[in-house]
Amino acid sequence: MELICPAGTPAALRTAVDAGADAIYCGFADATNARNFPGLNFNRREMGEGIAYAHQRGAKVLVAINTFPTAGAQEVWHRAVDDAVAAGADALIVADVGLIDYAARAHPHQRLHLSVQAAASNPDAISFYVRHFGVRRVVLPRVLSVQEIAAIARAVDCETEVFIFGGLCVMAEGRCSLSSHVTGQSPNMNGVCSPASHVVYREENGTLVSRLGDFTINRFAKGEPAAYPTLCKGRFKTSLGSGYLFEDPVSLDAAAILPSLRAAGVTALKIEGRQRSRAYTESVVRAFREQLDALDAGKKPPADRLAALTEGQSSTLGAYRKTWR
Amino acid sequence: MIGPMKLTLGPVLFNWEPEVWRDFYFRIADEAPVDAVSVGEVVCSKRSPFFDHHLPAVIERLTRAGKELMVSSLALVTLERERRQTAALAEATDWLVEANDVTCIAHLVGRPHAVGPFVNVYNEATAQWFAAQGARRICLPPELPLTSIAAIAAATPRAEIEVFAFGRAPLAISARCYHARLHKLTKDNCRFVCANDPDGLPVDTLDDERFLVVNGVQTLAHACTNLIRDIDDLSQANVASLRLSPQHCDMTAVIRTFRDVLDGRKPPEQGGQELAAIYPNVPATNDFLRARATTAKSLQSGSAARST
Repeated sequence: MELICPAGTPAALRTAVDAGADAIYCGFADATNARNFPGLNFNRREMGEGIAYAHQRGAKVLVAINTFPTAGAQEVWHRAVDDAVAAGADALIVADVGLIDYAARAHPHQRLHLSVQAAASNPDAISFYVRHFGVRRVVLPRVLSVQEIAAIARAVDCETEVFIFGGLCVMAEGRCSLSSHVTGQSPNMNGVCSPASHVVYREENGTLVSRLGDFTINRFAKGEPAAYPTLCKGRFKTSLGSGYLFEDPVSLDAAAILPSLRAAGVTALKIEGRQRSRAYTESVVRAFREQLDALDAGKKPPADRLAALTEGQSSTLGAYRKTWR
Repeated sequence: MIGPMKLTLGPVLFNWEPEVWRDFYFRIADEAPVDAVSVGEVVCSKRSPFFDHHLPAVIERLTRAGKELMVSSLALVTLERERRQTAALAEATDWLVEANDVTCIAHLVGRPHAVGPFVNVYNEATAQWFAAQGARRICLPPELPLTSIAAIAAATPRAEIEVFAFGRAPLAISARCYHARLHKLTKDNCRFVCANDPDGLPVDTLDDERFLVVNGVQTLAHACTNLIRDIDDLSQANVASLRLSPQHCDMTAVIRTFRDVLDGRKPPEQGGQELAAIYPNVPATNDFLRARATTAKSLQSGSAARST
């Protein structure tokens, strides 16, 4: 199985390549990709250099152009497609039907991967993109169990890629306007979810209150670790009680089920976190490289060293385990 | 000048008692001045068996009343059973099938169909692509601002462009059921507890701000999208139809109010005030249309949507 690793900066790209990534995914520094954070991502020159660095070392670069182009301003996304192709991208990760159609027609030989943002969650939806646009790989939404993934891998005429580590969307990706509702910044249109620019922390009588936009997302008692106020990982109140209604502040760690994912026929494993530090990227990539090498060699995998890197120190298998639902 | 805009009643998104559901549509057929009606389960496939046996009678009554009928598909399809259900729904030829996921569109390509608000149509290229494959009607996602709506409608004359104009805006869908989670049940053994909340289960912040509602696997805004005061702008943007999404209130009165404003019998401001009385205690919003974040303050009062 290929190991697909995130890079938010050229330095992180080099780090991930050196740490054993088979492929790096990254994006341009604008709203054309789903991690449009300040200080993150690549300009055109950096993209060309990053791709050259990776190619010299036998690694691939996948360029994410996976937001939904703004009506009336589609040329920004078209230029991103054209420039990524010109820079030598091994694949484009795309989600919008109109943009996929543009990429397939303007660059018929370019390899296209369907982004998780397209939320293609079954063989019929995936085959639609294969049939009409020649998509070669689908990144599966984080709503599926391992059994369902295996059934999909058998049924579709393209490769499958799944997330194994990092941030976890609780909602079907690419179909969520929660952050948009509260901040006016849309994951689908602007490439940001729960952006730091809209986050405020304040002390109230010994309690730390975290807010996103105009709404309280969580309150932390003194000494309690304060998780970032991603909207779906907040604590809320209902008539049936208060707490983490949607999901606890956990992150995904599928290290324990790598053999099942391989048996399911998965082609590639993806690590989330283009917004993370180089040190984080290096540790996670190295740890998974060791796991995968051991798996390939039929050896016992090394002890899990990833626990300390997960958000809030706790991890989940998410939807891979059916009872999560 | 207000154009000949149509009104469409969207599918009931909540888990209503089967007889309440049936009688709701009977009354719509008999009394409501709505041009098109979309019916069917969009949110959770486990609910369908409860009202499926009422569906033929509802379809017959609506069709006889001269309503343009659409049957709407599931928004998130993962199970084999859901795939088969979606494929079977797409075979219909007596009415327009409204696809809420690419899963359904895959079966409809080349035939006239409708694209629902759960399909990501964010720009004119995507709208044109779907229109070229047979989409006659496209209801845009609720989060689109007026500038995007206008650009899409101008570039896509082959399809009727519809906008989500009344009801709590759907914000997210998940594989996980929050109603079940809150009741400490699993989705597979949910006991259909979502039926306890025919207008959604309120979710407030820890500071008691009104915020969201959950409806099984779906999360919606607490505020009610209400674009009755924006009808002039929508008309100028070449919007062909307004979607009114059923809430637990007198929807026939909601439809009549929109109809009166569309036909020029009532000023938009008066219509807005009447809607606030028909669906009380839920503030109105047009924040998505105006590309604005929703504020806590706007959700505390039953205040009217800000005009610009």
